[in-house]
Parts: sequence; C-alpha cells; structure tokens
Amino acid sequence: MRPLHPLSPGLRTVLGISFFVLFILFWAWITLGGHVNRIFLADPLSMLRDGWRLLVEDRFWLDILITIWRVFGGFVLASVVAVPLGIAMGAWKPVEAFLEPFVSFARYLPASAFIPLLILWAGIGELEKLLVIFVGSVFQIILIIAVKVGSTRRDLVEAAYTLGSTNNSIVKRVIMPANAPEIAETLRLVLGWAWTYVIVAELIGSSSGIGYMIINSQSRLATGQIIFGIIVIGLIGLLSDFAFKAFNRWLFPWSLA
Amino acid sequence: MSKLLIEGVSRTFAGVRGGQPVRALMPIDMAVAANDFITILGPSGCGKSTLLRIVAGLEAPSEGRVLLDGKAVTRPGPDRGMVFQSYTLFPWLTVAENIAFGLRERGMAQKEREGIVASYVDLVGLKGFENHWPKQLSGGMQQRTAIARALANDPEILLLDEPFGALDNQTRGLMQELLLGIWERRKKTVLFVTHDIEEAIFMASRVIVMTARPGRIKSDVAIDLPHPRHYTLKTSAEFSALKARLTEDIRIEAMRTAEAQPATA
Repeated sequence: MRPLHPLSPGLRTVLGISFFVLFILFWAWITLGGHVNRIFLADPLSMLRDGWRLLVEDRFWLDILITIWRVFGGFVLASVVAVPLGIAMGAWKPVEAFLEPFVSFARYLPASAFIPLLILWAGIGELEKLLVIFVGSVFQIILIIAVKVGSTRRDLVEAAYTLGSTNNSIVKRVIMPANAPEIAETLRLVLGWAWTYVIVAELIGSSSGIGYMIINSQSRLATGQIIFGIIVIGLIGLLSDFAFKAFNRWLFPWSLA
Repeated sequence: MSKLLIEGVSRTFAGVRGGQPVRALMPIDMAVAANDFITILGPSGCGKSTLLRIVAGLEAPSEGRVLLDGKAVTRPGPDRGMVFQSYTLFPWLTVAENIAFGLRERGMAQKEREGIVASYVDLVGLKGFENHWPKQLSGGMQQRTAIARALANDPEILLLDEPFGALDNQTRGLMQELLLGIWERRKKTVLFVTHDIEEAIFMASRVIVMTARPGRIKSDVAIDLPHPRHYTLKTSAEFSALKARLTEDIRIEAMRTAEAQPATA
C-alpha cells in the first residue's frame, strides 16, 4: 500500500462499516456460540430485546432525555464561564500569568473525585449533576482556548493596527473572529468528554438517567441492558458530534472555502 | 516641508541567550517629500523591513525618531497604511468587508462605506469578487485587495513591505503596473521596500540603496524616467544604465552579507 495515498469515498464508507459488522459478528459468535457465560455478556439479539423492552415498558427514553439535558446544561454552564476567561487569558498576558497556574492545576483534579463533595454541597439533585460536568469541562476549555487565542496570527493583528484598530477592537474584531472556528471545535471536543462525566455522575447517587439505568442493571445482572445503555450513549454522542460539526461548518463558511 | 522625516533612527536587537546584541540598523536620516514614490532596495537581512516597521509604528527605534507631518510616530495608526509581504487579509471577511475594515474602525456609516469600497474594488480591478473569501483568491488578487484596504483608509503615506515578493514573475510585473498606475493618477506618498532591482527602479521616483547589516544608506538615486511608465520601459537604454549602476551597488552588499553569514545560515 502506498503511504498517504487517498482513498475513494465509497471504499472509505465500506471499510468503516465493515469493522462494525466484524465486531458484531465476533460478539455474536462468542455469545451465541456459547464461548462465554451468558451471565457476564448478553448476546446481540437479547441486547436488542432488552433495549426494546426498556424503551417501551420502562420508559427509558425519559432517562435518555434527562441525561441529554444534564450534559447540555453542564456544558453550556461551563462554556459560558470558560470561553470569555480563555479569550481574556490568551489576549492579555497579565490575566494569563494570574490564572494559568491555578487553571493548570485544577485541570488535573478528577471531576469524579469531586462527586462526594458536590453531593454534600448541592445534594443529589440536578444541580449536582450539572456541577460535575461543569468541574470536568470548565478548566479544559479555558486552557485550550487560551492557547489558541495566544497563537493568533500576529501579522493580522499588526495589519489591523495599521488600519486604525484600538486595543479593544483588536480583541473584538480580530482575535475573536480569527479564533471563533477553533473555539467552536474545542467546544465540540469537550462536549464529547462531558458525556463521560455525566455517566459517572449518574452512577453515584442518582435515581434517573442512562448511568442510573446501567448501575441498576448491574445489580440484576442484566448485561443486555447495560450494553444497550452504552450503545445509546455512543449513538447520542455521535449524533451530537455530527450536528455540532455541521453547525460549525454553517457558521464559519470562510474557514472551509 | 517634508512629508516624512526619519531622524537618526537606529535599531539594536537584544542578544539571544546572553549573546552580543545585534545591530540591525545604523542611525538613518532620510526626508521624504509629499507624493514621492521611494523604493528602499537592499540585500535580505539589511534591516530595510525593520526601518519600514519603525515608520509604521509596529517597532520602536532604539535611537532617533520618525516624524510624519511634523508629528512624532509612537504607535501604529491609520495615517500610515501598510501592505505586508505575507497575505494579511482577514480570512473571515469578504473582499468588500476587508476593504471596509479601516472605515468601520473609524465608525463610518455603512452607506458611506459602500461607496468608497466600490470605488476601490474598481480601482484594483476586483469587480465581481466583492463577496469572495480571501481563501478563494489567488495571491495577486489577495495583494490587490490588501492595497485597496490600505488605500481606502486614505492614509498620509503608504508603506509596502515586499508586497509582491511571494508572487510569480508575470503577476509581479502586472502588480507593479497596477500600483504605479494608481499612484500616477491619485498621487500618494509611498515607501516601498524590495530586494528586486528592476522593481525598485521601475516604481520609484527615488531609490534608496541600503548596505548589508547593519543597514545604512549607501546611495540615494533619483529616477527621472518619464511618467506614465509602461512595462517596455524596462528594456530601454536609460533603464539598463540605472540597473547596471544599482546592480553594482547592491552586488557588493550582497557579497558582504554572504561572507558575514556561516554556510549553514
């Protein structure tokens, strides 16, 4: 095979799908073929059956909705705080010097370790779930955006100065629009991470949501339901990612032209 | 009175990692008359771009000062329009919006901007491309837009830092004629930095030749070729004589630059 040689779109799709097919075939073979104990791993067919029952009888779609709401709520909360801070840190070096060491430290604090504290402070209600996602996302967004903004093309900034821009309009009319697509990309990336935090938040001290269903199914050894829950998370993540990507493309046609 | 006065401007860069400070520019004195087209010609690394950036206010001189219409330059401003060698159009703005950028910064109303933008789009021959993104334009078209963007602000002086340096030879020739044509019609004080001898002569009413680093003025040559200039001028006898003279001047400096640098540089 020639390295770096491009692939036709059709072949790309076929190859991409064929791995899913192989994966499911392998899963079916080890479960239906009796190579693993049914108690530990459900087969694909009973997974689908369990999933259908969950949706129809146990109103699992309500759990899905509540999880989606938590992810987006926490994510929007984190973005509203982090985007302006990240821009400020990237644009003004004193702000960066003041905040960067703390944010870098806070970034390594695992969001899941905060759950006991957050439960003490905010109870086990919705606020606590939002805060877990907030804590998990906010520092990451701040840092990535600060770095991107800090590497704004200097020649564009200089050109704007020679056209009469003031310091404030450099931030508003050059730094912000120049980095807007990258900021949007960062948010898309972090939204993916937010999905992992929400499940952790729901595994502990929760009575609703996809994570709650999963932990609940564990005690009943309903591995089919667990796998169904995991697949639902993956699908929603994939869909929101697609939507986000399409939205970014629509918002910033100039970056693709 | 001179439009632009450069008084004893020098520039020294601090040494890297405790090394010796590097002198980029020896003190330079220069007076530019209104509506003059000055080209600054020098080998690469001679500090000609540094000099231009000091006039623009993007860098501070180590000594000396720059006066535009008698006022000292301390920071960049819209009275000194600049065209860079790199493509510096704002990629998120269309051609028309790029040209309108300075006018918008000045707080001009949309309606008033539109008329000015249209006239400059016309001037640089970009009719029909007003709504294109910079990425959709060729290098020559991007630089034409950059010239229009700088001129739309109606600056007191236009500074150009090897604006056609990244373009192919044919496009470069056309761009020279375009810019010269604009200058012949609209009159503007221009400082144009280049390392291309032909370009320096063709465009200029005066060529300033700079020495190898640390740069100082080696010669100051008036170019009395008639206007309007046509590209065929480049093959005339007078042009060749000027070219021969400047080639000799610049060659010595280029050799000095080459000798001063280690082979790996």
